[in-house]
Amino acid sequence: MRTAQAVAWKEIQLYFSSPTAYIVGLIFLALTGFFFTQDLGDPFPEATLTPFFDGAIIVFILLAPALTMRLLAEESKLGTIELLLTSPVRDWEIIAGKYVASLVFFLVLVALSFFYAILLFVYASPDPGPIYAGYLGLVLYGAAALAVGLLTSTMTNNQIVSAVVAMGILLALFFADRAFGSVSGLAGEIIGEMGLRGHFQDFSRGVIDTSNIVYFLSVIAVFLFLSIRMLESRRWR
Amino acid sequence: MTVNDLQPNMIHAENLTHYYGPYPAIQDVNFGVRKGEILGFLGPNGAGKTTTMRIITGFVPPTHGTVTLDGYDVVEQSLEARRRVGYLPETVPLYTDMSVNSYLKYMGTLRGMSPDAIKTRLGQVIDVCRLGDYRKTQIGKLSKGFRQRVGIAQAILHEPQVLVLDEPTIGIDPIQVVETRKLIQELGRDQTVVLSSHILPEVSMICDRVLIIDEGRIVAEDTPKNLAEGLQGVERLEVEIGGPAAEVLPMLKGIDGVSDVTHVNNNGRHTYMVQAQPGKDLRDDISQVVVNNGWSLRGLQLVGMSLEEIFLRLTTHEEL
Repeated sequence: MRTAQAVAWKEIQLYFSSPTAYIVGLIFLALTGFFFTQDLGDPFPEATLTPFFDGAIIVFILLAPALTMRLLAEESKLGTIELLLTSPVRDWEIIAGKYVASLVFFLVLVALSFFYAILLFVYASPDPGPIYAGYLGLVLYGAAALAVGLLTSTMTNNQIVSAVVAMGILLALFFADRAFGSVSGLAGEIIGEMGLRGHFQDFSRGVIDTSNIVYFLSVIAVFLFLSIRMLESRRWR
Repeated sequence: MTVNDLQPNMIHAENLTHYYGPYPAIQDVNFGVRKGEILGFLGPNGAGKTTTMRIITGFVPPTHGTVTLDGYDVVEQSLEARRRVGYLPETVPLYTDMSVNSYLKYMGTLRGMSPDAIKTRLGQVIDVCRLGDYRKTQIGKLSKGFRQRVGIAQAILHEPQVLVLDEPTIGIDPIQVVETRKLIQELGRDQTVVLSSHILPEVSMICDRVLIIDEGRIVAEDTPKNLAEGLQGVERLEVEIGGPAAEVLPMLKGIDGVSDVTHVNNNGRHTYMVQAQPGKDLRDDISQVVVNNGWSLRGLQLVGMSLEEIFLRLTTHEEL
């Protein structure tokens, strides 16, 4: 456990000293700021964070892979994976440490966006329900996106490949709910149910549905599990 | 685990075979290393040294065969085995954006050292590897020699029972090479050290025992001294003869007990390398032949085999 902490701590320090993370933060705040202010020009603007949430989940398809692409791909590239895997550290400890580090950085980004919520509460009286629920959904969504990115980072020693593949998987999952209309029968139902967007929308409307929470936790669990197995399989190549 | 002689092997490898796809990197490699012994792997590039070391450290599992470290199987009881290993891979793996200090602390934690233990050991290791002035330096800014020292520092930090060093002196300057060799010899007193090298004098200097590995197989295994002596049973003579080479060569070859003769024409000085069958002293026969033919014997010298030659002989598949 102490080793997982050490891995996480090292990665967190690296996040806060690397330009990539700050660029990601800058893009996140710039774009979500734009989404947030979009409706404010209306003659009767609504005190809501829904446009922010809907924009943030699209932005995160691009930004989550940028945060995770380095995590294991770089270890493979530098060869440090050889030391990591020959140290008495369990594979899950490595994955857990790396994942927690990316999650911490992501949570800091999300926390920065509280600024929008504070503005709303100061200058208007928004319905707090959708804001709380939306944030819960955003954290779950982001955590899932990071797990996807972590998996692709364990698969390659090329950070670009890791990021692009992760974006592909996230886009596919994002739009999977379209299968409800276009794919017939059970297959359509199953693929549709896998959609990231569909499960997020309830949250931004202020609905906390257990099935949505279970969905996101499952996505996280599946991708973390696959990451551990993928790391394990590096020993067999 | 098997018991060899009185003392159990610290490292025990049995029938190690590893395939990369259809190609065998190593085949049926067997060896044991005792506590306090320094074993050297010697072999040309691609012989399977690195693969063997990766198997010992648990980075790559063998396709067949087993390795135990202190009785722990590196595959089945990987974590226990890994606790006992310090490893310096061939390309020193360093996080270039960390400082020497924080890198070593991090590696110590990964190796399961307590913060207190790291604190005390860190100072010692920094002294031993002469990194004192560079504690706070970012590793990316260090020269290759210093990076190598950092690599060695992380390998010995946790005082592992088994130290695996893949080409430990590659890329560092001669003074550091001497220091590093000294360091390895000191470590080898209580720890078990396995190192690979293609620098023969280095291996004969540091190692208690040498394994010569070629095309994935062990072709010789002995102390550096015995290896050299064993193969010196083959007498070799360097003879310089004044006379027409075309006649001299067949005559020399015709002497009973000669297994091979090579001729070198060095600006009119004709030297012949005569390879005798083991145990034969041909000096008298050769001088007799020279005298009988009316040539002049300008030089006659017994030549021993250097470790380089032994190595070349063993790995280039020449008949002895």
